Amino acid sequence: MDLGPHAAFIWISYAAVTVTVTGLILWLIADGRKQAADLDALERQGIKRRSAAGVK
Amino acid sequence: MQTLTQRLANPTRFMELSARLLPWISAAAAILLAVGLYLAFFASPADYQQGETVRIMYIHVPCAWLSMMVYGLIALSSFGLLVFRHPLADVSAKAAAPLGAAFTFLALLTGSLWGKPMWGTYWVWDARLTSVLILFFLYLGLIALRSALEDEGAAAKLTAILALVGVTILPIIKFSVDWWNTLHQPSTDFTSTVDPSMRLPLLVMAIAFTLLFFAMHLKAMRNEILRRRVKALRTQAVAGRDRLATQGAAE
Repeated sequence: MDLGPHAAFIWISYAAVTVTVTGLILWLIADGRKQAADLDALERQGIKRRSAAGVK
Repeated sequence: MQTLTQRLANPTRFMELSARLLPWISAAAAILLAVGLYLAFFASPADYQQGETVRIMYIHVPCAWLSMMVYGLIALSSFGLLVFRHPLADVSAKAAAPLGAAFTFLALLTGSLWGKPMWGTYWVWDARLTSVLILFFLYLGLIALRSALEDEGAAAKLTAILALVGVTILPIIKFSVDWWNTLHQPSTDFTSTVDPSMRLPLLVMAIAFTLLFFAMHLKAMRNEILRRRVKALRTQAVAGRDRLATQGAAE
């Protein structure tokens, strides 16, 4: 694909969006796993929410 | 009869509903992104003036649109917190702030990379660029203010007030290209200023980015609800230990 004399500007733009959005998605997934693991650990110790219905 | 917002006021119900919605929104975003990227690179022509550089538009415009829409959502959530005390309003505002900051950063960066070959400069202090930079700083301010305060209730209220004060930047950004002379082109009008061959990829990419944001926002809200549950349980555990220690000392 020939993107002309300004190809570098186009590729860097798309790369920046890809890296940032992928980074955000990975951060959200990792954060979700950490919170779920922390909640599981607390519940295993017998500390439960009053309204715990098993929804995570 | 309960309204949708009243039904969603229960975090457990929100977790159930969002768990069902999230895979569908994520899949729709991924499919539309793939279609949009194909249209942007293979099914749309180079611009008669800008050449191939116009392809930056297909990511710059969606990022710029999201930078404003996300702030609007934060302002709406802040209003919901301050006026209606909706339990999920603060969760929504907190979850949206880093995402909005990221999309605003990308709008600035891709705009700058588009500006260099088109205007001959990465940056000018004109009304549109400067007002979007202020929006970026506002996002950072919201994140910083929240993390600076330990009391979550106070942090939520103060952040909401700042978000509502800051909402005045949105009309300034929107009309900056009409009110002042700027290097930036006028607002994109999908019906008249964009050629039909470029309108479809732009529209598909804008919808794809919007769905992508909503998927990430739902996930971030779910994470925040879990974080608050973890914090509440830890507080409960500490209180239980303190109570036992007090009873032991009394005996």
